Amino acid sequence: MSTMTYAGTAVEVDAEGFMIDPSQWNEDVAAAIAAEAGIGELSDRHLQVVHFMRDRYLESGTAPSIRTLGKASGVPIKELYELFPKGPAKLAAKIAGIPKPRGCI
Amino acid sequence: MRSRGRRRILYRVKRIVIIGGGTGGTMVANRLRRENDVEELQITVVDRDDAHLYQPGLLFVPFGLERPEGIVRSRREQLHNGIDFRLGEVDRVELEENAVHLADGTDLAYDALIVASGSTLLSEETDGLRGPGWGESVFSFYSLDDATALRWALVDFDGGRLVVNLVDMPIKCPVAPLEFCFLADWFLRERGVRDKVEITLATPLDAAFTKPVAGEHLGGMLEERGIGLETEFATGRVDGAEHRLVSWDEREIPFDLAVVVPLHGGAPFVARSPGLGDDLGFVDVDVHTLQAKAAPNVFAIGDAASLPTSKAGSATHFEAETLCANVERVLGGEEPEGSYDGHVNCFIESGFHKALLIDFNYEVEPLPGRYPEAHLGPLPLLRESRLNHLGKLAFEPLYWHVLLPGREVPGIDATMSMAGKQAPKQGGEP
Repeated sequence: MSTMTYAGTAVEVDAEGFMIDPSQWNEDVAAAIAAEAGIGELSDRHLQVVHFMRDRYLESGTAPSIRTLGKASGVPIKELYELFPKGPAKLAAKIAGIPKPRGCI
Repeated sequence: MRSRGRRRILYRVKRIVIIGGGTGGTMVANRLRRENDVEELQITVVDRDDAHLYQPGLLFVPFGLERPEGIVRSRREQLHNGIDFRLGEVDRVELEENAVHLADGTDLAYDALIVASGSTLLSEETDGLRGPGWGESVFSFYSLDDATALRWALVDFDGGRLVVNLVDMPIKCPVAPLEFCFLADWFLRERGVRDKVEITLATPLDAAFTKPVAGEHLGGMLEERGIGLETEFATGRVDGAEHRLVSWDEREIPFDLAVVVPLHGGAPFVARSPGLGDDLGFVDVDVHTLQAKAAPNVFAIGDAASLPTSKAGSATHFEAETLCANVERVLGGEEPEGSYDGHVNCFIESGFHKALLIDFNYEVEPLPGRYPEAHLGPLPLLRESRLNHLGKLAFEPLYWHVLLPGREVPGIDATMSMAGKQAPKQGGEP
């Protein structure tokens, strides 16, 4: 665990850069994490996914999977891959300030 | 464990309805029947058919190591006397009414409900999977028909690109795609055509397996066998006409023979039952008590539950002990106890009459060592051995004669033990 500063806010992160305490998050922090991940400016579509992930996590305690995102976030899977290249669920979780989705086995 | 002895739960007959007469449903029905008098507890198992499939056998069918007709038995015949078996399609569960509605209009009222309806293969959710090329160059092995069809395709396969792909987690038996690769390597060597075949495993995971120590070991085994590994491949569509898998981010993997493990979801009635399931149709339960979050008198077991452990028969067997005790507690007006720890163990067939064994739970990943006893073993963990292969073969009669009747396997505890396991040193290397 270490501390990072995003947009002037100090946040606790794990070894892979996922925030430990979602309450330290705000949209400026999200923008800074996104910039660091090479995503550039966050569009409304990005934020729609990010807020969906946070709400789901805070409600259920687990980060939604890509399939749940595709079914319930209002953004289809194809577009999720365009918005968050490589691993949308992982990357969106990082930007949403919630822990890394558990590989469910 | 039966050490708690028989519980006297009631004054009037209580009714338990179990949806699903597969591994989990059969085990808990038999166990509850044995522990409770017929005058006290009425048990009904409902399923849409009377064919109980030994699912671990599916992996062997494509390689001719198991006959399709040899792994199916009557569901009814696996259930003890005093259990009512009903054939019927479940339309939905109404939690408020404490009733299961069947498609034929019958209602089954319950005091406690156990959802043991497994998972459903959702081939239609992957574009093109059942389109052009299906049954010619595109196959699967997660149902009896699919595994049987693949048998004939493999017999004729003399060269080209064999791609094994799992579309996304969760799937039943998460090690099965790896086992399929190992067995294919062996099978093709035996047939003398291995040098003409390129084998690739395409997975959405970032390694051969979800857990780091086992992932590295199993990844090494793929490499030794010359099996390619494509990671973080999220299959968007199967293009059978052009013989390629295409990922959501437009990566392509060409194939001559594709073996695709489709998406899994819960049973369709779960989605039709208000409040019962999650987005994928699995029943949301407390991970330690197996009690549904939606209602205190509803439980789920095995593949049907949204547990963050493997969808595997061994996990189901270990869950059964916790589940039965908690159903009895709740019927007796007590609180459930959270004794299930996510314990699961699996044999991993690696070909050449060898197998590995892994043993883990929610907290502890699969580690090397010995099982079940620390020094005596006799089974080595996370290492190939002939003994583990014999263990896997011995599992089949054990399944029908010990697990399904709801009995304990001597020496095997429902709770995972660290005895015999080598914890990884700091830095990750075991």
